[in-house]
Amino acid sequence: MGIESALGKGFLTTKMDTLVNWARSNAAWPMPMGLACCAIEMMAFAGPRYDAARFGSEVMRFSPRQADVMIVAGWCSYKMSHAIRRIWDQMPDPKWCIAMGACASTGGMHRCYGVVQGVDNFLPVDAYISGCPPRPDSVLHALMKIQDKIKSEHSIMLDT
Amino acid sequence: MSLQLSEPLQITIDSLNETFSEKVIEIYQSSGDTFVLVDAESIVEICTHLKEKLDYVYLSDVFGIDRYTSKERFEVVYNLLTLKNPARIFLKVRCEEENPELDSVSSVWPSASWNEREVYDMFGIRFRNHPDLRRIFMPEDFKYYPLRKEFPLLGIPGSIELPSSTPDTE
Repeated sequence: MGIESALGKGFLTTKMDTLVNWARSNAAWPMPMGLACCAIEMMAFAGPRYDAARFGSEVMRFSPRQADVMIVAGWCSYKMSHAIRRIWDQMPDPKWCIAMGACASTGGMHRCYGVVQGVDNFLPVDAYISGCPPRPDSVLHALMKIQDKIKSEHSIMLDT
Repeated sequence: MSLQLSEPLQITIDSLNETFSEKVIEIYQSSGDTFVLVDAESIVEICTHLKEKLDYVYLSDVFGIDRYTSKERFEVVYNLLTLKNPARIFLKVRCEEENPELDSVSSVWPSASWNEREVYDMFGIRFRNHPDLRRIFMPEDFKYYPLRKEFPLLGIPGSIELPSSTPDTE
């Protein structure tokens, strides 16, 4: 049915890193940090039409301990930033972060005293998504960027 | 300009004029709404009268205004509604810039409690006899009042703490 029928009794050679990264990059479970309207688009991203399952990211983990990618969807107030950072600190390494939409990336239209002007003020963001709100396609694109990033990492062996 | 009042509003205004002739400072209409500016010292008395005698059972909103004038800088507006004979009235009181303080109406309408906390949070107007006068939106150790005109739009840098980027375990 799959690759084994084409290979017969043969075998494949690869690098350990490549194999592990292939597995890791296709099982990046998101932690949905839905704060505002972007969360609606994030739900569409996980739903059947855009289907994050194609990338192995359909399992939204509401427990940070089981998640790999935090998607910060929406504007973040100073008060909320402490809760987000706590959740981020509870996620096991390795972990990645997507700042979804204009508000999470820069503060967006909430240019005022109560809103953090970009979650990168307190989180290490890997991918920024433009848009207000972004289309689910853009969230998939950011996820693919994260996958590229995971694939280019050295997970097991160090380059010596 | 003469006032154009519906029947229930006319009854309200007449009753206020009659009972609190010296406390009502000004009555005017704007954009189809009726505003009554009253003496700040007797706000609780007037609110009790409105609720118990005139059935203004619903306190829809309480909000502050920074008029940015040298006299009576701050204004607090009470948006009141009666459901029996539908009518809406805006009650206003003013207070000075220096140590602004008003009586709380939360003894009349318990729902005023959170609204007054918001006014306190945003303008720094303190309410006497309030059951729990704490900030409602901003962090409790915040030192400024963000809706005052002199407060910069983007806030004061460093006045609200961001979480530490270094987790405890590292």
